[in-house]
Amino acid sequence: MLSKKQLFTRGMLDISPHMLSVIPFGIICGAIGVELGFNPYLVYAMSFIIFGGASQIVFLQLLSGGASSLVAVTSVGIINSRHLLYGAVLSEYLEKLSFIKKLLISYVVVDQGFAESNKFFKKNRSEEFLHYHLIGTGCTMWVCWQIATLSGIILGSFVPEELGLKFAIPLTFIAIVVQDLKKLDHDIVMITCGLSSLLFFDAPFKSYIIISPLIALFVAALLLRLKK
Amino acid sequence: MTLTSIIFAGILTYLTRMTMIALISRDMLGDKIKAVLEYVPSAVFPAIIFPGIFINDFGTFIEINDPKIFGALVAVIVGYFSKNIIATISAGLVSYWFLIFVVFN
Repeated sequence: MLSKKQLFTRGMLDISPHMLSVIPFGIICGAIGVELGFNPYLVYAMSFIIFGGASQIVFLQLLSGGASSLVAVTSVGIINSRHLLYGAVLSEYLEKLSFIKKLLISYVVVDQGFAESNKFFKKNRSEEFLHYHLIGTGCTMWVCWQIATLSGIILGSFVPEELGLKFAIPLTFIAIVVQDLKKLDHDIVMITCGLSSLLFFDAPFKSYIIISPLIALFVAALLLRLKK
Repeated sequence: MTLTSIIFAGILTYLTRMTMIALISRDMLGDKIKAVLEYVPSAVFPAIIFPGIFINDFGTFIEINDPKIFGALVAVIVGYFSKNIIATISAGLVSYWFLIFVVFN
């Protein structure tokens, strides 16, 4: 049985490789906000209040493009609705926690943290304090994201744009799913999601980010039927 | 951009994180749904990966010879065999930079 501290540290270690892409992205995100002419304090407030990488950039871009606040806020909600799926998966492991702890832990659920903690949870179901792993991944992400976006706001885009570091984001997610390429059913689900995301890319409010996972999960359900 | 709009966006985002964790108990989801949820990572992350590779900053499709496609393929191969996150990201970035700074320059 691992201690709370060990699990927390394990979570930190498991998510830290992803900081290679998260930190440059955070710097870019902060710098974009200032470049677009927004109040630096508000740009930083987003990292604290919204705490959601891609959605923050979309929020800034929509508002600077003249979209109404309603459209911008709706888009953030839709982009981040994928967390509902993460929550549904994680709820199994967090069930025993008190309501207050569930409310607190929810704030730090992020893509990479969900991915790494979910992998850990599947292998270590019997651990008593599993949620400390999720706190470890989430807090690491939180601290790095705050520092990175703040640096971008204060120093501007000191990461040269020519490097194309935004490309590190798809790479980080490739690292997460690449081992599942061994499984044919997962391949089908991934390709369904990927192609749907390109097909629905122009759907309103960036809704491709939730439409394509739902289509892919529908295909997954069909595959499960066929397997039986 | 006002603080109010950020707070609304923050509340919405928090609700997406909290709803399923705090308000849904696992018993409310049947076995079939649990089985489907096993596929969540594979069903969600390609929606971030594919547009990140195939669609450029202006929202249009990239050319078939775009360096990002090559970089992504290298990342997939290195990631598959190394099982290492840092190696996967670095391999993708370095091969992408090699093409944009050395080959196409």
